[in-house]
Parts: sequence; structure tokens; C-alpha cells
Amino acid sequence: MTRRRFVLARGRFWTGLLPWAWMLLFFALPFALIVKVSLSTPQLAIPPYVSPFVMEPGEMLPHFRPDFASYRRLHDELLALGTPGADLQYLSAWGGSLLLAALTTLLCLLIGYPFAYYIARSREAARNTLLMLVMLPFWTSFLLRVYAWMVLLDSSELGLINRLLLAAGVIDVPLQLLYNAGAVLVGMVYSYLPFMVLPLYANLVKLDQRLLEAAADLGARPWTTFLRVTLPLSRRGIVAGSMLVFIPAVGEFVIPDLLGGGNVLMIGRRIWDDFGPNQDWPMAAAVAVTMVLVLIAPIVLLHRHGRANGGDGEEGR
Amino acid sequence: MSVRSRPGATAWLLAVYAFLYVPILCLIVFSFTAGEITTQLDGFSLCWYAELARDEELIDAVLLSLRVGALAATAAVVVGTVAALVLARFGRYPGSTAFAAMTTAPMVMPEVVIGLSLVLLFAHPLFPFLGGRGVVAIWAAHTTLCTAYVSVLVQSRLREMDRSLEEAALDLGCPPFKVFFVITVPVIAPALLAGWLLAFTLSMDDFVLAAMLSDPGSTTLPVLVFARLHHGLKPEINALATVIVVLVSLTVVIANRAMLSAQRRRAAALRHAAGISPTAAPTVTLSIPDMRR
Repeated sequence: MTRRRFVLARGRFWTGLLPWAWMLLFFALPFALIVKVSLSTPQLAIPPYVSPFVMEPGEMLPHFRPDFASYRRLHDELLALGTPGADLQYLSAWGGSLLLAALTTLLCLLIGYPFAYYIARSREAARNTLLMLVMLPFWTSFLLRVYAWMVLLDSSELGLINRLLLAAGVIDVPLQLLYNAGAVLVGMVYSYLPFMVLPLYANLVKLDQRLLEAAADLGARPWTTFLRVTLPLSRRGIVAGSMLVFIPAVGEFVIPDLLGGGNVLMIGRRIWDDFGPNQDWPMAAAVAVTMVLVLIAPIVLLHRHGRANGGDGEEGR
Repeated sequence: MSVRSRPGATAWLLAVYAFLYVPILCLIVFSFTAGEITTQLDGFSLCWYAELARDEELIDAVLLSLRVGALAATAAVVVGTVAALVLARFGRYPGSTAFAAMTTAPMVMPEVVIGLSLVLLFAHPLFPFLGGRGVVAIWAAHTTLCTAYVSVLVQSRLREMDRSLEEAALDLGCPPFKVFFVITVPVIAPALLAGWLLAFTLSMDDFVLAAMLSDPGSTTLPVLVFARLHHGLKPEINALATVIVVLVSLTVVIANRAMLSAQRRRAAALRHAAGISPTAAPTVTLSIPDMRR
């Protein structure tokens, strides 16, 4: 028995080695590098930064000399908030990202909740097909789906929506539909809707029908039943779906770039620009670090929430 | 309370499906135009499909994407399955929380941040053996991202699987390694297939990581499409979208059918086995300490 336990323990070590090594090399180490580079001094060369680790002559170990300039810039913008005429490049990109991500999440929830509910309540044989129809666009190319919206929203008289409105006589001049925040919002909701629908569906399909019947028998109106039974019971699905939409939406780069033109600045775009054209890797890294810090809060909340609710037997393990 | 009895529900379902499908259907319709304009149907022609078949830059990008996708999906299934085993079966040990966080973080971390961190790794002078940016870097990045998804999928399958078979085999003296391949793998096979397909699609679809990690010799399909979306469009892109939509739909429908029928066969086999020896399951004793949490 003890020998077997020993063999199992050793086996476990060797089994765990592959994923541990992979994740340390390709996730933890790169992340440590981001933190290091965010404390470096920018420089236009390859690599475009001066390391914070300096080797003085006669020293055995490199000297750590962090440069907080990138963080100070973010901090200064925060202090300048409210001052008229202040240059708030990063802060406004942050604000735009958070606002757009929040709106995207809200719209996805408003569209996705009834949608997921109706799929979960439809006949069992139909559910699988209905769900697959939600997944299909998700499996086709993301870029080409965003491009499809460029075709629909095109602002010349050739754009599909403009052509329809012109033909119907609703408008005389083509509307400026593309390259603004509205276009970005439509594209985001379109792209992230399946991420909201799937967890909501998974949650709602397990809802015990007898509870709804009991509520109806006891005289509750449909809305009361929904607000007091269905909605509280689907809280986990709502939280999970919202996180799956909100977190990637904050860092989104492609949709604002293609549908927003240069007019919708988001924080993902700032990282991209600082890393690429501006060659300011320390600034890009500092923004990335703040982004992770800002997003860690909802993730930890989600985790706590999941654990706190896991104990009441709603989902078993 | 069926949906059929409520017209509002049906209308909502139809409206959302229309929202999901109208943009894609437009691309498909416009791919058959004979003209140069991407948003108009000027007569019917297949000329843009012919153009697509002649476009060598695009074909090279497709082939590279397929190769990277297949390799990344395979690696992600291997690493992700082992990670799922560690997470679902090893219980709590020092560092287990860190490992759980590391494996799931790529799912929720913005891709720009993952991309930036991997560029810093591959461009770092201390790690020249990684080969710098290029195909290998893109493959490693996709594998890391997809491992998270595969591990979640496989974990849920591992947690719901009946462990008495594994325990019986261990009791009968089968080495753990063999138990894994002879019993565990066949049971979780649907999750492995689903994980591979999901990982393959994620890799084929990824633009941000591929763009940040590519060098001039490694242009994947999304990187090429993104560049073309910025530099003038031809209906060729519509034709490409149509081809992808048709191929993906066929694959998903076939895979879905296969999985459903496999599920039904397994359920039937289980009912059959239960009918023959209804007392078989409870006689298996639990001599292995329970590794579950």
C-alpha cells in the first residue's frame, strides 16, 4: 500500500511535468518579462528598451535599477483628470474601452438572455440544432464576420443598409454608418453574443420546471415568477457570460480598428501602437500590466462567486 | 410552456438568428458577382472563385494556417489533457492554485497582452534557442492559448466520468500509465475530439497573436486577410468567406452527428451492460485513496 502510494506520487510528478514546464515557459516567464520591460527605459534600438538590470564593473550580480517613467505617465494622467486641456491619451483610451465593453456586455445580456431562455425551453429534439446554429457563425472566420459588417455599414451609396434606405426614400444622402463608436458596438455585440448565450443556456437548461409550476400554482404572475425564481437561479450563468464578454472586449483590437477606423481609440489599440509604430515597449508593457491588474478584480470576484455558490449544491462539483 | 405556444418567443429567436446570419449571407450572395464591387451583385459569375484558386499568396497563407492549426491543436490536446488530469485528479498540493490560474488565464487575458508577453520572450537575447519570431513562435502561442480551452473541456469530462472502471483496473494490477491509455482515453475521447476541433478553429482564426509574432516568412490567413482589408478590397474576399463558411458548416454538422450517435451508442451499451449484470458496479471496492478534492 505505501509502496503503491509512493509510485503514484512519483508518477504524478512526472505526469505534471509537461504542462507545468509548458505553462512556466510560455505563460509565467513571458509575464515576468512584461513586468521587467515595463520598468525599463525606452530607447530606439533593438530591443527598443534599456534593461533595468545594470552590470557595474566589478559587480558579481547585475544591479536592479527600475525606471518608473511609464507608470508615472499613467499616474500623471490620472492626476490631471478634470484639468481642462490636459493630454489624457491613455486615460481616455481606458475610459473608452471600459465603457464600450460594458455596453457590449449589457446589450449581449439583453439580447442573449431571452434568446438562451427560449432555446432552453424549446423541445429537447430542437435544442441541439438551435444551439448549433448559434455556434456556426462562431466557428467561421472572425475577421470575415467583422468584414461582413464593413460591407453592410459602408458609408458610401454602395453600402447595403444605405442602399436599402436610399431606395426606400427614407434618406437622401448616405448616412455615415462606418468608422464610429456605434459601428464598433454593433460589431462587438455581433462577435461576442455566442459567449453570452452558451453559459446562459447551460445554466437555464438545468432550471427545474417544477419550481416555475409551483410559483404559478401559488398565484405568481409570469413576471413575478421570472424576477423571483428564474432570474436569481440563473445568476451564475449571467455572471459567467458577462465575464466571458466583458474581459476580452476591454482588450479588443481588431473590431475597433476595422469598424472604428482611427476614430475609436481603445486600450488594446494603444498597446499595439506603442509596441509597433511608436517603438515604446516599456509603455506598452506598463499598459499591459495595468490592464491585467484592472481585469484581475472581476476574475477574482467571479472565482469567489463560483466557489461561494458551489457549496449550495446547485452544480455539484 | 413550450415555445411553440408563444409567438413572441419565436419572433425573438428568428430576429437573433437573422442578426447572426444576414451579414454572412450577404457575403455569400456578393461572392457571385461579375463586377469589381464587393457590395453589389452585377450579374452572376464564378470568376472570383477562379481568381481565388489562382491567388498563390493566399493559398500559401491557407496552407500555413492549416499546418499551424493542426500542429497547435495536437500539441494543445496533449498538454491540455495532461493539465486537465493534474487539475481534476491530483487534488490540492503546494502550487496547485498557481497551476490552475496559469492554465486558465490565457482564456480570459486579452490577446494583446498575451501577444506582447510572448514577443518579449521570443525577442529576448537570453532565449535565442527559441528561434525568434516566426512560425514556431505562432505555434507555441496558439498551443498555450488552446491548452486552456482543451483543459477546461477535458476536465469537465474527467469529473463526470465514472471512476470505478479505472479503480477496478488499478486493483487488478494494471499500471496507472496503461489504465490511462486503455480506459481513460477512450472514455474521454469525445472531449478530446471536441477540444482538437475547438483548438484548430481558434488557431485558424487568430489574428492578434499571429500578427504580433509573425516575421516576413510567416503570414497566416487572418494576417493576410487583415492586410487586404486595409488595402483595397476585391470580391475575392467574399468568395473566400463563402468557401470557409461552407467548409466549416459541413465539418460542424458532420462532427455533431458523429458525436450524437456515439453518445447514443454509449448510452445503449451502458443500458445493455446494466441489464446483464445489475450488481456488477457496487462490488468494486475502493482501495485507492480518493484523489478527488
